[in-house]
Amino acid sequence: MALLQLERISAQYPGAAEPVLSNISVTLGPQQLLVALGPSGSGKTSLLNLIAGFVEPSAGRITLDNVPVKGPSAERGVVFQDDVLLPWQDVLANVGFGLELAGIPREQREKKAREMLALVDLAGFENRRVWELSGGQKQRVGLARALAADPRVLLMDEPFGALDAFTREQMQELLLQVWKRSAKPVFLITHDIEEAVFLATDLILLAPNPGRVVERLQLDFGQRYGAGESARAIKSDPRFIETREHVLARVFSQRQALQEQRA
Amino acid sequence: MSSYQPQSTAQAPVKEAAINSAPPATAGWSLSTRAISVLTLVTLLAAWWVVTAFEWIEPLFLPPPSAVLEKGWLLMTKGYMDSTLWQHLGASLQRIGLALGFAIVTAIPVGIAIGHNRIARGIFDPLIEFYRPIPPLAYLPLIVIWCGIGEFSKVLLIYLAIFAPIAIATANGVRTVDAAKLRAAQSLGATRWQLIRHVILPSALPDILTGVRIGLGVGWSTLVAAELIAATSGLGFMVQSAAQFLVTDVVVLGILVIAMIAFAMEMGLRALQRKLVPWHGQSH
Repeated sequence: MALLQLERISAQYPGAAEPVLSNISVTLGPQQLLVALGPSGSGKTSLLNLIAGFVEPSAGRITLDNVPVKGPSAERGVVFQDDVLLPWQDVLANVGFGLELAGIPREQREKKAREMLALVDLAGFENRRVWELSGGQKQRVGLARALAADPRVLLMDEPFGALDAFTREQMQELLLQVWKRSAKPVFLITHDIEEAVFLATDLILLAPNPGRVVERLQLDFGQRYGAGESARAIKSDPRFIETREHVLARVFSQRQALQEQRA
Repeated sequence: MSSYQPQSTAQAPVKEAAINSAPPATAGWSLSTRAISVLTLVTLLAAWWVVTAFEWIEPLFLPPPSAVLEKGWLLMTKGYMDSTLWQHLGASLQRIGLALGFAIVTAIPVGIAIGHNRIARGIFDPLIEFYRPIPPLAYLPLIVIWCGIGEFSKVLLIYLAIFAPIAIATANGVRTVDAAKLRAAQSLGATRWQLIRHVILPSALPDILTGVRIGLGVGWSTLVAAELIAATSGLGFMVQSAAQFLVTDVVVLGILVIAMIAFAMEMGLRALQRKLVPWHGQSH
């Protein structure tokens, strides 16, 4: 049963000739980690902003549990690419921020925040200042903050895009662990093909002009990691490489088609 | 090895000096910026002492430092124009304190409204930009005609001077709040008021404090103008009335006290800024 449903979504910026997204239908179920992969301009950030409620679609319908989505809400938690933590609060208060907004008493929200920090491997960082953290640590705090508010779905906007390659690897593994333990459906956008193939249970490939879904894949590499296989073993598995190259070829063939269309 | 010996001992004091000043000594010897500032002040005081001690300048035009200090003691114990120096100081501080208090509770909400709301910006922006560049002395007569010569007019004049910088700085701070932070808070369930309280206000705090610093500076310099209005106490009044009787040492003393208070306020606010917004200027 789909929890989140996008039915024939289109989006267009006011005054723009072409829509950024055209006729997109996607569903996200309880056990899924849905990754939208696409080059810049394919409208993946717009797609996430639509689901988050930051912008409204020009056509189509987005529902969560059959209720139409309207505006941002705590039931759709977002992890952003850049650090959007509050520097005037320490790490613990940042993680508990969503609960504070909901009027949860301090003791309860600190308990929950501690749990979430432990979940992202940051136990002991409770009283650190935000600016003392590294990029990867900030993203983990951001993840813990989104999870602490107990959203129905977790939206991730290129969460590891600003991190170095080594940290990104670690964060991908951490995300899979957190996803498994928290049992939250995740919608993640990225332009990193390997990341997409590794993480996704369901992958949609977006192509630009206008942004549309050109391929859907069901993958199990993330589940294999969850079952105990090492990340490097999975990523060097011939089947993984084959999938990665297939997706890469699709991206390039789309790009070529676009260039021919223009020429 | 031995041939290097003299050279290294000659460099030893340079290295010691380098520990005290932040940048490493590059050529000869270096002084910290603070030391240069202190040296400048000391030189100025020495020059003052020299020109008056050798009576190159008449005491009427510039009394010697000793006379000013003596007068200062006299003012602290006996007073001038029926009030001691402390009472003059207290009267002035009370006026600027009241004006600052009112300015903070009114200018910050107005600034938030300007930065946050199109209609509020349309209303307040032209009003503030219209009166802000006018020197307070120019609209002082109007305030006296409208509000009389009581305490209220003096506080109002200082208040108006402080209001504009705080409101403008607050509006600027609100306008430059990181949009991603707002979105993040919204997707955590923040309402409009919670956004203002938990994101916008703290984000704008560094700008607000800068506005208060500037406002306090402008307000303090407006003090003398304010105390032209039929005042019987206050530092501005003290300087004004002493000037009328050519009591130059009181004038000099008053100027020095006014300067010192301004300096103390600036330093205090900078310390407050460091304490309240330690994240400001940090890369995050």
